[in-house]
Amino acid sequence: MAFLQDIFVYEFLQKALITSVMVGIICGVIGSFIILRGMALMGDAISHAVLPGVAISYMLGINYFYGAVVTGVLTAVGIGFINQHSRIKSDASIGIMFSAAFALGIILITMARSATDLTQILFGNVLSVRTSDMWLTIIVGCIVIVVVVLFFKELLVSSFDETMAAVYGLKTRFIHYGIMVLLTLVTVASLQTVGVILVVSLLVTPASTAYLLTNRLSMMVVLSSFFGALSAVIGLYFSFIYNLPSGPVIALVATVLFILAFAFSPKQGVFWRMLKNNKRRTT
Amino acid sequence: MRPTIDVENLNVSYYGKKVIKNVNFSLETGKLIGILGPNGAGKSTLMKAVLDLIPRDSGKMTFESQPLDAVRKRIAYVPQRSNIDWNFPIIVKDTVLLGTYPKLGLLRRPKEEDREWAMTCLAKVGMEKFAHHQIGELSGGQQQRVFLARALAQKATYFFLDEPFVGIDVSSEKVIINILRSLRNEGKTVFVVHHDLMKVENYFEELILINKELIGVGPVNQIFQPEIMQRAFQTPFLMTENFGGQV
Repeated sequence: MAFLQDIFVYEFLQKALITSVMVGIICGVIGSFIILRGMALMGDAISHAVLPGVAISYMLGINYFYGAVVTGVLTAVGIGFINQHSRIKSDASIGIMFSAAFALGIILITMARSATDLTQILFGNVLSVRTSDMWLTIIVGCIVIVVVVLFFKELLVSSFDETMAAVYGLKTRFIHYGIMVLLTLVTVASLQTVGVILVVSLLVTPASTAYLLTNRLSMMVVLSSFFGALSAVIGLYFSFIYNLPSGPVIALVATVLFILAFAFSPKQGVFWRMLKNNKRRTT
Repeated sequence: MRPTIDVENLNVSYYGKKVIKNVNFSLETGKLIGILGPNGAGKSTLMKAVLDLIPRDSGKMTFESQPLDAVRKRIAYVPQRSNIDWNFPIIVKDTVLLGTYPKLGLLRRPKEEDREWAMTCLAKVGMEKFAHHQIGELSGGQQQRVFLARALAQKATYFFLDEPFVGIDVSSEKVIINILRSLRNEGKTVFVVHHDLMKVENYFEELILINKELIGVGPVNQIFQPEIMQRAFQTPFLMTENFGGQV
């Protein structure tokens, strides 16, 4: 395969491959907790909310990572604040905060006159990943994986039965914001690969695919990161071969994997269920 | 006299509306205690406020003279079934294993002996055959038994159950009440939020009767009297219908 040869030849392709695999893995890991805690919309919100941070970092001439983390976390805190101090439901407060942050981001980026960067930030361009971006992704990936492995027990119990966790003394709000911080880190690390708009796809889709295939959280996290990495690699391939933006391609690959699981999952597959129903009808 | 669990001056409001008004009680440990009241009386809210799960305006809770924080890990809580995501990717035996988490603390993982203990607790509620089932595959009564097994796995001193008998089959109800009784016999204190008046006398020794404010607290034979119950429920019809009901 020419693609494999190209990977050995071109350094930019190696960087793209390593980065996208790492992004696929960590999005899969965090995504599992996001969907189980009913925070899919939150994932979407945080990913949009990093945009003003990216713009401000660009204006200040610092690495976009710092600004993005700050605005991401601020938005998460802002959403939590609106939730706790008003009767507005959480999906509405998420909508308020993230559209505001996103709008601000677009205006700031326009003012900074970096239109080409805007497209890349929105839709991702994994083939232009720099060495520093790759290392950033690897470091974030290690942090996420270490935290999740160390505190898996606490993440499990607080995601499943938050009340029990709170009764025995776990700081559930701290855990919630901890996940928000990890989510922000993951989003920032994914910017180059899938872009702001489609991060949610890698967060939600591989995790949902895994959710259909297993009854154990640990297995779900492993499968989810596998599907994330697989989507990223296949997406990178098509992106490279057909010269397409990497984000949308990766998102569509993840969706195809989901559709396969949705239809053919051994226990919950729609296809098997229809087959069973047909049999029942004929007998 | 046995040591007591004390709640002083407990007030809770929700968006400016008082939902728990000035509740005080002091109850002996080692009892089966029913928390009773009509719908919307704040039974679950009272339980949650006592466990510091929701913010309160005022109130002090002590467990045998110790503050809540000193005994948290020895408190087992069984939530209302409707508060659990039954599609969560977790199987029965791992659900019971969660009961060993408080004792393990941060970073330590359950060991083989913890897993065996979880299976022992699962057997106590007669659910060992279902160890590998996803929790959503069980009936309501079976689910409730699994959560009771989780509470047993915690080796707690105080048990708080929120509506454990709602929507479950008769045999599960028997299993559960028998286990609660044996816990009581071991000296544990068991609080149960309950709303079915039929079995009150049969199940509990002490009652906390509330309707936003405390209507009465004390031994069942003193509190479960028509004139007192009527003050909480405000429907005399309900009373005559169900009074003196036996299992």
